[in-house]
Amino acid sequence: MRMRKTAAAGAVVLALAATATACGGKSGSAGDKAAAADVYSHDYTPAKNVKLDSAVLKAAQKKGHITIGVKADQPFLGFYDTGTKKYSGFDIEIAKMVAADLGFSTKQITFTTVDSNARETKISSGDVDFFVGTYTINVERKKQVGFAGPYYTAGADLLVRKEDKSITGPKSLRGKKVCSIKGSTPLQEIKKAQYGTSETLELSKYSECVTKLLDGSVNAVTTDDAILKGFAAERPGKLRVVDQPFTKEPYGVGLNKDDKVLREAITKALENHIANGDYEKAYKGTLGKSGSKFVKPQTPLPRG
Amino acid sequence: MSGASVLYDVPGPKAKVRNRIYSVLGALAVLALIGFIVLRLSANGDFDPARWDIFNYAGVRNSIRDGVLATLQVFAIAAVLSLAVGVLLAVARLSDHRPVRWLATGFIELFRSIPLLITIYAIWVLLLNNRTELGLSDNQPQFWALVIGLTVYNGSVQAEVLRAGILSVPKGQREAAYALGMRKTQVMTTVLIPQAVRAMLPTIISQLVVTLKDTSLGYIITYEELLYSTRLLAGNTTVGGENPYVQVIIVTGAIYIAMCLALSALANWIERRGRRAKTGIGVVEAGDVGNAGALTAAVAAEAAADTTADTAN
Amino acid sequence: MNVLLDYLPEFRAGFLGTLAITAASAVIALVLGVLIAGFRVSPIPPLRAFGTAWVTLLRNTPLTLLFLIAFFVVPKILFQGASPFVLGMLALGLYTSSFVCEAIRSGISTVPVGQAEAARSIGLSFTQTLRLIVLPQATRTVLPPLSSIFIALTKNSAVAGAFSVTELFGYAKLLSDKGYAIAVIFLWVALAYLLITFAISGVFRLLERRMGVAR
Repeated sequence: MRMRKTAAAGAVVLALAATATACGGKSGSAGDKAAAADVYSHDYTPAKNVKLDSAVLKAAQKKGHITIGVKADQPFLGFYDTGTKKYSGFDIEIAKMVAADLGFSTKQITFTTVDSNARETKISSGDVDFFVGTYTINVERKKQVGFAGPYYTAGADLLVRKEDKSITGPKSLRGKKVCSIKGSTPLQEIKKAQYGTSETLELSKYSECVTKLLDGSVNAVTTDDAILKGFAAERPGKLRVVDQPFTKEPYGVGLNKDDKVLREAITKALENHIANGDYEKAYKGTLGKSGSKFVKPQTPLPRG
Repeated sequence: MSGASVLYDVPGPKAKVRNRIYSVLGALAVLALIGFIVLRLSANGDFDPARWDIFNYAGVRNSIRDGVLATLQVFAIAAVLSLAVGVLLAVARLSDHRPVRWLATGFIELFRSIPLLITIYAIWVLLLNNRTELGLSDNQPQFWALVIGLTVYNGSVQAEVLRAGILSVPKGQREAAYALGMRKTQVMTTVLIPQAVRAMLPTIISQLVVTLKDTSLGYIITYEELLYSTRLLAGNTTVGGENPYVQVIIVTGAIYIAMCLALSALANWIERRGRRAKTGIGVVEAGDVGNAGALTAAVAAEAAADTTADTAN
Repeated sequence: MNVLLDYLPEFRAGFLGTLAITAASAVIALVLGVLIAGFRVSPIPPLRAFGTAWVTLLRNTPLTLLFLIAFFVVPKILFQGASPFVLGMLALGLYTSSFVCEAIRSGISTVPVGQAEAARSIGLSFTQTLRLIVLPQATRTVLPPLSSIFIALTKNSAVAGAFSVTELFGYAKLLSDKGYAIAVIFLWVALAYLLITFAISGVFRLLERRMGVAR
């Protein structure tokens, strides 16, 4: 008898869930409007008749669409709105610019979310054609993937609770708990003995780190200032960025290591859009809103 | 619980009063615990209607629905495949040919001892590295990695359950079948397996519940099943500057529990039906670990105790 | 082969981490499992209901979701600022406790009825009957399923790797992300897990032999 009752209860919950999901509901994005609304988004004119001797590009042209790996949990950079099912942010704009110069319109782009620790696997295996998502260029990663850019230079910084005045920079982290993403560069930096952090927490999403910061489990979240400023802008009353960058994080577009032609094409595309002002517009409409200043990247971009 | 009543006397007047006092105290303690949790959460503003309002949005509902569908999709395919693989492996492990037996035993033992998470991850990397040769596009590597991972692990466990079931069929059945002139395959497919499946159905279904729960391991390879999509939902929505993790977790948990209970209810229903049929072979109670005494053969009882506990994964 | 030698410290840390979290959650699961099993067979209805709810809720929730609860809901109620190890231990321990509870409960039902009846007739109370007569005898039948449950716990500890707990899966993932051949890593990690699971089943076989008394 008891089992029959629990089964009935289960059926009721299922039925409720089914009816709740079946019939519409309010449209638009749920939650705070400020963060999700008004992020700059633009469609760029695709180039015609692109003919390059690139294996990746040829395969994409054959399929008729290009697959770009992006991040989904970084406001103003690479952000996925579960309500509207759209990606938005600075990195998304960069991806669209590059895709346009390779001959793909916005409609022909398939964005896929790639978590930080799966980037190398996804890129080197060809699961994504290229990757744009706060991807720091460094020597170790260059062994596995190719980079175009840098198209932006960020720096590792700290996000703390607004009322917490004890943390003024990386030097004041002695005995504090710091959260970041598994395998990210700032985390490897902050783990060095000179900073004396008591404990590091490694989760798989920044939003989870921010939640841990808000509930008091950690004292600071570390990663690139661009990402942190996005989160601070979402919660201006609760969080602030220390603004003492302690590393240089040049962001690149990650792609197949062996496809030199594609690398050159992406580099050219970036230079092109930096020169024609698309880059600045995209920056001011996204990252600029979270308080970051605009600095035009140096062109020509390195090709070494 | 037939054993419970044996553990204490039918209460007399004194004990009745005492039990009543304990009941009140126990109820108070449980209520206090629940009250404390509710109080702490509401102090954090987790019962604020605004935080629950997110579930009124069509986009949010759709992403939950898509998550449920993706979970059920993987579960359906993995369930069917794991049962097929289970039958094959069980028969192979009971084979008369030594190499076949060894191969099956090695396969079962290997995949039962490695965490499913690692199996899924390894298969995913393998699929990714060979995706062009295999002709997999976009999200297919994630999907198939999860399906194959769930299949090899749960197939191995189901194989052990079925083997225990086959061994539990009275020896006379097999001997009678051979005496009738049936061949090995015929004996297996028409006599042994049907009876084994009936005897083990509840255990098989509780292992299916495990399969359903384990689809949530897909988060590690970014397959967008229920848990992955609600986690993203919670992370990408802010209400008053905070992520609605508590709300999303409560809703997701309720959906998972409802799905699992529905499956368990099926197991119980089948168990009751199975008891009505007079086959002479007892049905092992679902999830009742260690209570394999219902099985006729002693060997099978041991094997069943071993395998039913595997549903503890 | 070189993979193991190059990353021996990480491998060792991962191996010890898996051992530590498994052992710690096994203790929690055992203590809570026995307690809740006691609740489930007790004469007091609210405790019985609590026990049933405990087992139903925990058994039907994916472990990953329990980890999310431990990391994002529990700190709001208790244990603010607890380390990931403690929270992971809590999630794994509570999850496993529901299986331990069910194993013990069915173990209790295999103890011959006459034993409990005899205990009652000489005037033992419910707790005394359970503690002195029934549970010690149930131990024997409970050992084999408990062994399987702890082996499952060892494997489940891999989920903790995604939640900031150092263990073997984290090691496997680190190397895989660095681009080593997955087959080799897989083999080493599998061997490490086999070592732990063999040790567990060995210990339990030993216990079974020591407690195996002819009835």
